[in-house]
Amino acid sequence: MSNLMTGARILVECLLRENVDCLFGYPGGVTLPFYDVLYEGRIKHYLVRHEQNACFAAEGYARSTGKVGVCCATSGPGATNLVTGLVDALMDSIPVVALTGQVTTKLIGSDAFQEADTFGITRACTKHNFLVKTAGEIPQAIHEAFYIAASGRPGPVLVDIPKDVFTGSAHYEPVGTIHLPGYKFSPEGHIGQIRRAAQMMWEAQRPIVYAGGGVIAAEASDLLRELVETIDAPTVCTLMGLGGLPSSHPNFISMPGMHGSYAANLAMTHTDLIIALGARFDDRVTGRLDAFAPHARVIHVDIDPVEIGKNRAADLPIVGDVKRVLEKMNKVVEELAPFQKERNAGARKAWKEQVAAWQAEHPLTPAVSEAEIKPQHLVREIDRASGGEAIISTDVGQHQMWGAQFLRFNGPRLWLSSGGLGSMGFGLPAAIGAQIANPGKRVFALVGDGGFQMSIPELATLANHDLPVKIVVMNNGYLGMVRQWQELFYNNRLSAVSLTSFPDAEKLAGAYGFPGRTVEDPAEIGKAIDDAVRHPGPYLLNVKVTQFECVYPMVPAGAAIHEMVLGPPKPVAV
Amino acid sequence: MLQTISVLVENKPGALMRITGVLSARGWNIDSLTVARTLDPSQSRMTILVDIDPSLRRQVIKQMNKLINVLQATDLTDSLAVLREMALVRVRTTAETRTGILKEAEIYGARVVDATQDGFGLECTGPAEKVEEFIDAMRNFGDIDVTRSGIVAVSMESRKLRIAPPVPAVAEERLSEGLPNC
Repeated sequence: MSNLMTGARILVECLLRENVDCLFGYPGGVTLPFYDVLYEGRIKHYLVRHEQNACFAAEGYARSTGKVGVCCATSGPGATNLVTGLVDALMDSIPVVALTGQVTTKLIGSDAFQEADTFGITRACTKHNFLVKTAGEIPQAIHEAFYIAASGRPGPVLVDIPKDVFTGSAHYEPVGTIHLPGYKFSPEGHIGQIRRAAQMMWEAQRPIVYAGGGVIAAEASDLLRELVETIDAPTVCTLMGLGGLPSSHPNFISMPGMHGSYAANLAMTHTDLIIALGARFDDRVTGRLDAFAPHARVIHVDIDPVEIGKNRAADLPIVGDVKRVLEKMNKVVEELAPFQKERNAGARKAWKEQVAAWQAEHPLTPAVSEAEIKPQHLVREIDRASGGEAIISTDVGQHQMWGAQFLRFNGPRLWLSSGGLGSMGFGLPAAIGAQIANPGKRVFALVGDGGFQMSIPELATLANHDLPVKIVVMNNGYLGMVRQWQELFYNNRLSAVSLTSFPDAEKLAGAYGFPGRTVEDPAEIGKAIDDAVRHPGPYLLNVKVTQFECVYPMVPAGAAIHEMVLGPPKPVAV
Repeated sequence: MLQTISVLVENKPGALMRITGVLSARGWNIDSLTVARTLDPSQSRMTILVDIDPSLRRQVIKQMNKLINVLQATDLTDSLAVLREMALVRVRTTAETRTGILKEAEIYGARVVDATQDGFGLECTGPAEKVEEFIDAMRNFGDIDVTRSGIVAVSMESRKLRIAPPVPAVAEERLSEGLPNC
C-alpha cells in the first residue's frame, strides 16, 4: 500500500519521469494541492507575472533546447490567459505541455467560482487536450501528453485536472506503455519518392532549397548543410527556419517573402525546382499564390501530410521527418552525383551567378545616419555583439523583420520569434525561458516599444531570478508595422498607433533593481550595447530610433513576391 | 457540393467536438451527422454530410485523420458505398384521407409505426432522395411533423485500417527502442 498517493503527487512523479526540470506557472485556488507538492522543490517552479507569459516562457525553453516546455495555470482566468501562448505554440509547432487546474468534478458545468470550460476552449488551441477525471488516470494522460507534444509535428498539449483529482488518491504504478491507436505519423519517408527527388535535384537547372521551421524541429541543420553543399543550390530560410543554415554560408540568400531579400524573392520566382523542407508555403512567403514560383516543380518534405498540397501543389510529396528523410536523401544525391553532376553544370553555374547578381543589385544594407539611430543600425550592432552565437528573441513587427534581415545565426535554436501567430509581448518571456534553459548563453530580447509594454510585468520575474537577459527596445514611438501600413496604404492617416508616454527606462529598470538606459545618439549605440552585455545581470536598453522608417523590401498584400517595393517613394521635384 | 465522410473514431468525450471543429473552423455547415458505437464499444462510427468546395475535400479528410482520436476518416463521395436515411413522419388524418395516406405510404415502402383516430406515425427508410419524395408526398395531406436521422453509410470497398502500435510511456525508453522523434 506504500504506493498510494494523491493525484498531485502522482503528477509530480510523472513529470519527473518525463525529465521535467522546471516549469513556468502561476498558482491559484484549484492548483493548491499541486503547489503543495512543488514546495518540496523536486521540480523548479518559476513564478511568472501573467499566465500568458508562462506559456511564452515554456516556448522559449522549448524553442532554444528542443525539449518540451512546461507551463501551469489555475482554472478559469488562469487557463484562459494561457490561450494566446497555446495558439502561438500550435502555429509554430513548438512542444509545450500546459497543466491547468479545474474546479472539482462535481462542480464542473455549474458556473462555479473560477470555472471555465478549459477543455472546450483549448480544443482548437492545442494539438490535443485531456480532461482527467480520476487520480488514477493522471499517469496515462501525462505521458500521452508529452508524447503527443514532442513527436510527429510537435505542438502544445493541455491537461486539465480538477481539484478533487489532485487531492484524490490512487495507487501509483509507473506506466509502461501508452497506446494512441489513432495517432499515426510516418517519419521515414518513402524511399522510392526520395530517389525520385534526388533525381529531380540533379535534373533541375535552377534549383532552390526552401528550408522552414521543420529543419529546426527535426534537428536536421547539419544534414541540410550537407544537401545544400552537395547540390550547391541557393538556399532561403523562412522566418521559422533562420539558423537552419548558418547565415554566413555562401549559399544562404536570406529570407523569402513579404520582407524577404530581393535575391530570395527573385530566386523563388525564377527557380525551376523548389526543394521545400519542413516549410508550409505560408501566405507571408508566397505572396499572391497564383503568381508564386510559376516555373517551379516542387519537392515537398513534411512530417504533416496536411501541409502537403495545402497551399501549393507538390509535384513530389514526401511525408516524413526532415532529418530521417535527409539522411536517406543525401546518400542518394551523393550516389548520383558522379553521373549527374555535369549534366546541367553550365545552367546551374549561370543560375548561381544570376542569384549572386541579384544579391549584388539590391543587397540588404543597414541604413546608417549620423543624426539619429537607424533601426537597421541598431540591429547590426546587436548582431556585432552576438557574433551569430547569441539567442535572440523578438516580438512581432518591424523590429522582428529587421532582425530577420540583419541578424546572423551560426546555428539553429538561436532565433526565437513568434512566426505564425505573430504575438506581441512574446520576446521578453521567451527570453526568460531561454535564459533559464541556457544559463551560460548570451540572451537578447529584441523588442518593440509596443510589445515590450505588453510584457513589462515580467521585468519582475527577470529581477527575481537575476537572469542576465539584455532587453533592447527598438523604440520608434509607434506601433511601427501598423504605422507603416497606414503610411503606405491608408494615406498616412496614423490611427491609434502613437505610443506616447513610454516610461523612463532608467527609472523603470531601477524600480526593479537593475540598470536601464536610454540611448539616442548613433555614436553611442555600439558602446551602450557592449556595456549592457558586460553587465552581469539583467539590463534594459531603450534605443530611440528613427520614427518613420519603413521595412523594405516589401511585398504589398495581394502582390506577387517579385513585385517588391524596394524603398520609399522618391520625392517628386516641384 | 455535398461530401460524404465516414469517420471511425475513439469513443471518447470531446471526440465529436474535435471532428466538427475541423468543419466549423472554416465556417462550413454540416448537412447531416450521425454517430453511434461500433461492434467494438470503444469506437464510434460517424457519417457526415457537408457542403465543401471540391478542391478542399482531400484537405478536410487529411485534417480529420490528423486528429489524435480519429482512427480513420474516409471520403465516400465517389466511392462504392450504401447510403441510407430514415424519416419518422407524423401525419394528421381525416376519414377522407386515411386510405390515401396508407396507399401513398405503401408506394414508398413506409411502415405504419403508430396509428390513432386522428393520425399515423410512419417510418420511411431509403436513399435520401426517396425519403425526401416521401415527405413531399405526405405534405399533400396537410401539416406534418418530420424527424430525419441523417445519412448513415457503409463503404463496400475494403480499406486497410492502420492502427498505431503501443509505445513505451517515456521518451528515453522510446529512444532506446529506436522509435522516431523522442
